[in-house]
Amino acid sequence: MFIQVKNLSKVFKKNLAVDKINFHIDKNKTVGLLGPNGCGKTTSIGMMLGLIEPSEGEIIVDNKNLNSFKRDKILSRINFCSPYIELPKKLTVKQNLEVYGRLYGVKNLSERILEISQDLDIKNFFKRKTGELSSGQKNRVSLAKSLINKPEILLLDEPTASLDPDIGDFVRSYIQEYRSKNQVTILLASHNMNEVERLCDSIIMMKKGKIIDRGTCKEIIKKHGRNNLEETFLKLARSENGLQ
Amino acid sequence: MDFSKIYALGLRHIYLISNSLPRIIDLIYWPTVQIFLWGFISKFFTLSSDYYSNTVGIILTAAILYDFLFRVSISFNMMFLEEIWSRNFTNLFIAPIRISEIITSLTLTAILRALIGLVPAAILAIPLFGVSVFKLGLPLLLLLLPLYLFGVTLGLLVTSGLLRFGPSFENIAWASLFFLAPLGCIYYPIEILPYSLQIVAKGLPLVHIFEEMRNILLNNTVNYFDIIKSISISIVYFILGVIIFYSSYLGAKQRGTLINMGE
Repeated sequence: MFIQVKNLSKVFKKNLAVDKINFHIDKNKTVGLLGPNGCGKTTSIGMMLGLIEPSEGEIIVDNKNLNSFKRDKILSRINFCSPYIELPKKLTVKQNLEVYGRLYGVKNLSERILEISQDLDIKNFFKRKTGELSSGQKNRVSLAKSLINKPEILLLDEPTASLDPDIGDFVRSYIQEYRSKNQVTILLASHNMNEVERLCDSIIMMKKGKIIDRGTCKEIIKKHGRNNLEETFLKLARSENGLQ
Repeated sequence: MDFSKIYALGLRHIYLISNSLPRIIDLIYWPTVQIFLWGFISKFFTLSSDYYSNTVGIILTAAILYDFLFRVSISFNMMFLEEIWSRNFTNLFIAPIRISEIITSLTLTAILRALIGLVPAAILAIPLFGVSVFKLGLPLLLLLLPLYLFGVTLGLLVTSGLLRFGPSFENIAWASLFFLAPLGCIYYPIEILPYSLQIVAKGLPLVHIFEEMRNILLNNTVNYFDIIKSISISIVYFILGVIIFYSSYLGAKQRGTLINMGE
């Protein structure tokens, strides 16, 4: 097990955001984290990134406890991409990649920037300020930043939200291709069920801070007698007590 | 400490400044206006006051030193606010950089920002008003050191407030220095203050720094005991500022505010 989450809980004042969740992710697997808005996905990811202090429980990455091991040592092996956070708008694309490459201690940085910019087709707007880019271009730059350190663990929070179908497909294809060529363990939070079916080896369904189901997409669809993941999601999200 | 990461974060702010001519002008503009304003006031006082008649530009020197403190503190705050305004906060705090390295980087970059504005203004004062802050000689560096430490401390306290209360604390960032200025005895001796405020003022490094500056310019002597006192007080405040910053960071992790800090 590469990532182990044990009895993880988070209470904000009196609000129980995450309630004793347990799961593990094997090395080089992609796991989808699904659930309706406010179910605790972002809080769980925040705890895995060390941004939120768990109220209870442990996160173990490659046999090292995230809360007791040196923060920077673990974070150098992780990266995160979300359309809800941005890179400094006034810096050019190249400057942003250079700054983050240095922060992540990337060796042969110029080569790495060139490599990733060719892969993600961002080289033609290298010298433009990040704030001047379209959302599709920003999304690819953000993805480039999240892969700059060749992370062993990649956390993706709705990576294709607000993208047109063409760019969305480009990003999904790139993630698939990247995963096939590199050793990377991915946790993908998404509301796009087609994306989840396409990219994930297995899924975890959350609701009201708890894990309510888990398994491969096919297993979960079959178990709930639905035709696809979207219908299964709706059934679980709308059920009163959708616990496994 | 990993100095390549400290440099990387500093580089982010150097790029920010170098990419924008208006930003560079803004950094230079305000100190220059200050120099002009206090230069003329200083000239008027020199001609009209017995107290200042022996030392041309004592007020202007005070204005330059105070502006140094102001620029260091505002620079520290601005760099932190830039991360909030650009919604880059999460990216920064998930990067493998320690909190001590973030503080060090902001501290070092703050002096760079401050000097970009202040050095041209201080040089401009020489031909315009015949006042050179560099006349203070080596003690100038000893006066700038506690000002620098105290400026960073104020920056740390304001950024701690931003971590604790979010971007709404921004207004306090601008007001923080003006709050302490009357107690700093920048332009007047401490005896001007009521006795009760004198006691409070002596707990700040500013009084000792500006009293010593006046002593050097008026009497041509250096009281190293006062300088050491101001440096010591500044170090105590700096350590306190670092502790408060760490405590605010840990509090923000508890409340989960680091993940959605933005405009």
